Amino acid sequence: MSSTFFTEPPHWRWLIVLYFFIGGLAGGCYFLAALIDLVGRRTDRPFARLGYLIAFPAVVVCGILLIADLGRPERFWHMLLQSQTWRPMLKSYSPMSVGAWGLLIFSGFAFLAFLGALGDNDRRPRYALLRPPSLLGILLTALGGLAAFFLASYTGVLLAVTNRPIWSDTTLLGAVFLVSSASTSIALLVLLGSRRVLAVGSLRALARFDTIVLVLELIALVALVVSLGSVARAWLNAWGALLVLGVVGLGIVVPLVLHSRARTPLSAAARAAAVLVLFGGFLLRVVIVLSSEAI
Amino acid sequence: MAEPMGFYTDTTVCIGCKACEVACKEWNQLPATNGGRNTLSGDSYDNTRRLDGIHWRHVKFVEQFDAERRQGRWLMMSDVCKHCVRAGCLEVCPTGAIIRTEFDTVVIQSDVCNGCRDCIGACPFGVIDINPVSGTAQKCTLCYDRMRAGMTPACAQACPTASINFGTIRDLKQKAQARVEQLHGRGERGAYLYGADEKMLGGLNSFYLLVDKPEVYGLPPDPKLPSRNLTPGSLWSALGAVVIGVVGLVSLRGRRDEHV
Repeated sequence: MSSTFFTEPPHWRWLIVLYFFIGGLAGGCYFLAALIDLVGRRTDRPFARLGYLIAFPAVVVCGILLIADLGRPERFWHMLLQSQTWRPMLKSYSPMSVGAWGLLIFSGFAFLAFLGALGDNDRRPRYALLRPPSLLGILLTALGGLAAFFLASYTGVLLAVTNRPIWSDTTLLGAVFLVSSASTSIALLVLLGSRRVLAVGSLRALARFDTIVLVLELIALVALVVSLGSVARAWLNAWGALLVLGVVGLGIVVPLVLHSRARTPLSAAARAAAVLVLFGGFLLRVVIVLSSEAI
Repeated sequence: MAEPMGFYTDTTVCIGCKACEVACKEWNQLPATNGGRNTLSGDSYDNTRRLDGIHWRHVKFVEQFDAERRQGRWLMMSDVCKHCVRAGCLEVCPTGAIIRTEFDTVVIQSDVCNGCRDCIGACPFGVIDINPVSGTAQKCTLCYDRMRAGMTPACAQACPTASINFGTIRDLKQKAQARVEQLHGRGERGAYLYGADEKMLGGLNSFYLLVDKPEVYGLPPDPKLPSRNLTPGSLWSALGAVVIGVVGLVSLRGRRDEHV
């Protein structure tokens, strides 16, 4: 038996599951928006605006969830400043310590991009400097994109850097969370974008992106189960069923089928696929977090 | 720095009296379970169940009997924080609340801890948990306050059979090795030390003399540091980021001209 089965669960439950999901969306939406801003077409820009408008409020919710989850919420700042000396508190080998700083830094980028997105309207354009094609905008967007990648994946590394069963029996959780944050974020942009009937060409490109990412997610999940080796037997229960039927079946396979059948990205099938991808991404965090907590 | 101090627990002389548990609770002013309305576990004489934020010592009872209960033996072991030389809890703690003391022991500073609970999952032995009174993670301090005053930790002081031995790690290792040889000479060939050498997490400053496999006592056979997954986990994530980035680039750039 793996030595990880001799440990105790840290009581990370629904607040943390929600944080992992919303944090993935915040990072994913920012990254997508940055990508569109940097390499997309002019007609894609409404989607970049939408991504930034989601990312900042989402990361604010993340902060609130994390603080609420602490045993002593009023001491949340101990993660950033040493409480006795007021010096910065940073441990490069502790994912939670690096994550606290990563979240703070990402929030800064997300806030600036949020301002840029708010100012991006035809009547009274403001803060154009904060977004490409300005040089400052390009720099901010590129650095913010890196921070977004970090936010979307460090949570999986954080779980791996423990001694809990499943979490620390694989090193692939960061990559799995990252791919899932991309697929759920594209789905969210497609869903909200199709409601407002933004550019159809952009929607089509995003739908194609989502299809490839869903295939990648399926590969990553198979690799995850294989990497667990004999520990994967811990999923021979309701959690495993939820993983196969909910995450893979409803969250990946059905959306892939719907994508192949959807004639236009505005169709009901495309929207249904987006809803299912979001649902599957949430279930993935539920299964990963709570199945180990239950051991 | 003072000389490294620790515990050597000889499980072969433990009688399961739980004096260590009581002494620990008394000295450290730990609250009762469920306001004193504890229920029986049904698991032998063990109603403490496990180490957590309000139980820093836990006497385990292992009954090894045949089906008729005619032949067999009791194994009893007073479990506690292992004060690992390379400690997983200390590694992950994001607030710096967990420190190594001048006695080479591992202590959680309750006024710094904010209850993030990362250390609970990082401990290879399942020692730490939240104390509901303070809302912070707590565990054995090896009676840091008593040691500072030159006193023996409360549990070792109370142990009536010298199952719990306190002293310098050097002395304890000599004592434990002599005891293993004595037991081997008397025919108990299964006696061995768990965590006394540096192979296990750099050495456990609270190590054990056992007579059966670690798993039988609820101890991990091969405890590891959480940081073993840090570099590979980060590299896989970075690879994932590159793949997603490239796929995104191709999806957005590599389309034919479309009429909007």
